[in-house]
Amino acid sequence: MSGAEFVPLSLSPLIIGCLAAVACALPGNFLILRRQALIGDAISHVVLPGIVVAFLFAGTISATAMMLGAAAAALLAVAMIEGIRRFGRIEPGAAMGVVFTTMFAGGVLLLELSDTSGVHLDVEHALYGNLESLIWLDATGWASLFDPTALAGLPPELFRIALVLGLIVILLALFWRPLAISTFDEGFAATLGLPVSTISLGLVIISALAAVAAFDAVGSIIVIAMFICPPAAARLMTNRLGMQVAWSVLFALASAVAGFVLAGYGPLWIGGTNSVSAAGMIATVSGVILAVTALAGPERRRVT
Amino acid sequence: MLQIANSENVLAEAQNLRESPFAIRGLTVSYDQKPAVFSVDVTIEAGKMTAIVGPNGAGKSTLLKAALGIIKPLSGQVTLMGRPVAQEMHRIAYVPQRASVDWDFPVRVIDVIEMGMFRKTGLLGRLSRADRAHAMSCLGRVGMTDFANRQIGQLSGGQQQRVFLARALAQNADLYLLDEPFAGVDAATEKAIITVLKSLRAEGRTVVAVHHDLTTVPEYFDNVLLLNVRKIAEGPVATAFTEENLQAAYGGRLGTARLNAAAVSG
Repeated sequence: MSGAEFVPLSLSPLIIGCLAAVACALPGNFLILRRQALIGDAISHVVLPGIVVAFLFAGTISATAMMLGAAAAALLAVAMIEGIRRFGRIEPGAAMGVVFTTMFAGGVLLLELSDTSGVHLDVEHALYGNLESLIWLDATGWASLFDPTALAGLPPELFRIALVLGLIVILLALFWRPLAISTFDEGFAATLGLPVSTISLGLVIISALAAVAAFDAVGSIIVIAMFICPPAAARLMTNRLGMQVAWSVLFALASAVAGFVLAGYGPLWIGGTNSVSAAGMIATVSGVILAVTALAGPERRRVT
Repeated sequence: MLQIANSENVLAEAQNLRESPFAIRGLTVSYDQKPAVFSVDVTIEAGKMTAIVGPNGAGKSTLLKAALGIIKPLSGQVTLMGRPVAQEMHRIAYVPQRASVDWDFPVRVIDVIEMGMFRKTGLLGRLSRADRAHAMSCLGRVGMTDFANRQIGQLSGGQQQRVFLARALAQNADLYLLDEPFAGVDAATEKAIITVLKSLRAEGRTVVAVHHDLTTVPEYFDNVLLLNVRKIAEGPVATAFTEENLQAAYGGRLGTARLNAAAVSG
């Protein structure tokens, strides 16, 4: 495939897919170790009602309004999960399950009741995203990467997810040791003077940020898969936290690239005529990677 | 019991608080409506080894966690040499129950020990060569030098407990608070741990441990705190660890024979 075809049509969805996958996989490592993996799932579902409500208020699909609505919904969900857990005395997994299914269902109902026919907002979009549509029409080939006017035409989703990923990387680098210590042993961390509740909430907030930014570009299927599959597969490759995070980034990138390519060209290779959903294929590839590591990973544990 | 506050009492109390590395006053903790620890006063003696003893559900672990601020008490003050404990946390090393963490966590033994040095290095500080040597020497004190690069999930229960103790040693604290350090460990580990704790005492540090095995209390500890939600007794083993007090703490839950065997004679 020539650059004239690849750069405008495939380059930016591919990069956005990679950035979104890594942005979710990074906090996913700690969520899994804290047995909070469902938080990613919950957040990616609850952003739907947030986005619908933001649309109803703003009247148009404005990125800022949608991000604000999604972030507000994520915070509301975290507060509700905590509230139900405390006052209902229900275990955290069940509390999350109740909140995210209810809020997602509420979002679906809101969508059906409101007139969104004129805009690109529907349940399918929420689930699969529209990765393939994030094309870069201003590009004419590889040379466009050095052309400021063409670069200005890159999809805004790319800049948003890049910004969020940059923020996550900086925060993780800064707070690596407190995060690692409080994830391993929260009581001990508290006696070291670490603000364990703030750290825990901070992790949920950066996860929400990753989920919202990624959801906007790639839909909730990838978000859910990337929070869990790459870190879970990475855990089976190594016994060291730093290495686990590195493996999870590698697996996230591999899923994004292989999934995108397979979705676009895989059906053609086996004689089909249409491509399939990139989001679905990326999530599937991440699941396959997890399955392979579960069978052959060097540090897979015995089932006891 | 009403106590008339006169100047003598007030002065004596101030003296007690100043001299105790771990003084708890009026600590009450409740899960739901039921108090787990009720209005407990404790004055731990400096440079001694104190056992916290009581039946299951007596609030022994809860007392430690609440005193350290890990869980929020309903009321109570805790001081270290007369100063609020929250300001003196750097002088305290806490060893949680072994079962309270996930031993499948992807860290090596030496990484866990180095967690004990977080206060020294701070947020972005790196461990110096001397820091790493110190971590290794702490591991050596519990006889685990050869395990430094093992993943913690590969350790036996006793080895895990030694790692936790080594992490506390790396904190270089004045007060060591241990929650059931002998639970589910082998005889060799128990011996190794008690040797280390006694060496801490010899260095003038204070050791407080939640302890389950009544038969070893007189052998291991100087002082004892008997707890069953309320404080039953505290003081030197010779005077506080009596059959009468044990009966009060355990009620009918222990056979008289065991109490007789455990309690100091006389």
